[in-house]
Amino acid sequence: MTIADTIQRSTTLAIPTEDQLIYGVCPHPLSCGLGLTIGAGTVFPEVNFTLPPISILESTWPEVKAHYEEMAAQILRRAVALAVPGIVLEFELLPAMTEQPEWGAEITSILKRHLVACHEKHGLPCALRVTPTDIRDQLKPPLMRTGEPTQRLFDSLELCAQAGADILSIESVGGKEVHDPALMYGDFSGIVFALGVLAPRDTAWLWSRIVSICAANKGVIPGADSACGFANTAMQLAHQKMLPEVLAAVVRAMSAVRSLAAFEQGALGPSKDCAYEGPVMKAITGMPISMEGKSASCAHFSPLGNIAAAMCDLWSNESVQNVRLLSGNAPEVFTELLAYDCRLMNAAASHGGALDLRDWMTASDEWLSPQAAVLSPAATLRIAKAIVAEDTPYRQTIAAGRAAYDLLKEGVEAEKLHLSRKEQQWFARIEASLDELPAEEAVLVDSLEEQYGGLYDKPSYGM
Amino acid sequence: MMQSKDLYEAILNGNAKKALTATEAALAAGVAPMDLIQETMVPAMDEVGRLFESEEYFVPELLLAGRAMKGALGILKPLLTASGQKMAVRVIIGTVKGDLHDIGKNIVASMLEGSGFEVIDLGTDVSPESFVAAVEERKPHIVCMSALLTVTMPAMRLTIDALKAAGLRTQVKVLIGGAPVTMQYAQEIGADGYSENANAAVGLVKSLLASAA
Repeated sequence: MTIADTIQRSTTLAIPTEDQLIYGVCPHPLSCGLGLTIGAGTVFPEVNFTLPPISILESTWPEVKAHYEEMAAQILRRAVALAVPGIVLEFELLPAMTEQPEWGAEITSILKRHLVACHEKHGLPCALRVTPTDIRDQLKPPLMRTGEPTQRLFDSLELCAQAGADILSIESVGGKEVHDPALMYGDFSGIVFALGVLAPRDTAWLWSRIVSICAANKGVIPGADSACGFANTAMQLAHQKMLPEVLAAVVRAMSAVRSLAAFEQGALGPSKDCAYEGPVMKAITGMPISMEGKSASCAHFSPLGNIAAAMCDLWSNESVQNVRLLSGNAPEVFTELLAYDCRLMNAAASHGGALDLRDWMTASDEWLSPQAAVLSPAATLRIAKAIVAEDTPYRQTIAAGRAAYDLLKEGVEAEKLHLSRKEQQWFARIEASLDELPAEEAVLVDSLEEQYGGLYDKPSYGM
Repeated sequence: MMQSKDLYEAILNGNAKKALTATEAALAAGVAPMDLIQETMVPAMDEVGRLFESEEYFVPELLLAGRAMKGALGILKPLLTASGQKMAVRVIIGTVKGDLHDIGKNIVASMLEGSGFEVIDLGTDVSPESFVAAVEERKPHIVCMSALLTVTMPAMRLTIDALKAAGLRTQVKVLIGGAPVTMQYAQEIGADGYSENANAAVGLVKSLLASAA
């Protein structure tokens, strides 16, 4: 029996109707940090920030710390000036800070000190999310359950929890060693193998341990995961015309299953901002989610600027460097952007207009890209229902892909979604590939052994 | 003159099996290996590159064509070696120290391979010392470095400095790329070139080699 066999599967939707699937509210609000409750009616900014070009070395460490001191002070200064109702700071560790867990913990304590001081002085409800880098994939094939990098990752999670993290998260990468080449070669069966067989096993294994770390550190919340390394990679490559948009959109829907595995192991949310599959998880679990869109353009392109906010509980900027702009440093400036985005959403909700605003945000993006077309509240529920109707991650992944394909096809047939000739050719290939997938996971695994067997370590996936 | 229409189309369509049979058929018909490469395979990959540039092909089509080309080259290489002919330009590629991102680097590597270059992929988190050791040992013509994080960009400069200190800098052309990297940064750190995307990287390698010839 493997970890994958023991997962408590979601079989129903916590949010079964479109009218309940709305920003700012969820069936299971989360209290965390210093007086902050997420998902109880108010959307809060989640500010994420990073260093400008600088080597992270012992010799530069004082300068690195000074950057974080400055960013935290300036972000909170602007948040207080704008009277935000609450705020989350996210500290995404850079690889060197996870490699040396003490470094990540030191920055965590710096940021928490600023939040505590701000909370005590201004009464600002706030929380600190800390996200170590998943550094386990250093060998080829990667050893995801053993070895020095894995140990350092767990040390990092533990030390960050002790240093003041209120929420622990990760962007895990189990299965990426197969997903990357499958995606690059447009091999749909390889993509499904990575997303539906390998990734859920790893996410489940990893999150069962993160949940244990949080349980041992009072008050620390096991947040959630993101398919960033899978679906966002596909989305960015599609944006650069390297991959078909329709493939990236179907990958997005299928990636929800591997991210859902974190919740099934005890994660409580909010999901990571870059997890655009978050609304599907919210619909299934009823837990709060973080999302990013137009105010994350400092970090990357997305065709989801408005629609991404339609169902969010935290609203994030993804990541911004500590560089000087006219009105202040960029993290402070993006705090202001997020604050105003959230103000509008919260004001609309307080005037009974949340559904209208959600639908306007949805309509403004929905049919302008395949990626947005699978992110509307209606599409979210279709994909979520397809997932919970199946009984294994493999079948759930195929069901999610099929649901996304059907949604896109309906959009094309209704002449709402317009695809280029090349995109249409790929659309037909995806349909054929979905039809050809075997019903049984074991059959797929066997059929891909020659092609991908050397790329992944079977014990790392309980295989 | 095109030596094998079947091979040309097999590469264009990314059909590795047909590329192999077409190569064997062409050799059996008496076509010289180097003629097959220069008059059929290289033009086929040039056309694949053109289709990608004009957004007719996505990366999967490009890489499948490269895979078909590589398979065919696998048959031809021993024949070229036996006859004392050289064809390989050697490229060393890696993601710099502290950076674990590799999909962009992998695409560049695959496209270079598909274009007939010998590619040695050092992987991710490659230290300046490892780049230097690889250059000393493998004697490449080109070194490609990738970084996706602002905090790992400085490792590109450190690597170039390490190549200088080892007396190897003049022996190789150094190209850099990755989301936060710019042409200005390439110039600042003394790289020979910067590419915004994978296809342009292949063109840049070719133009640098041509200018060095």
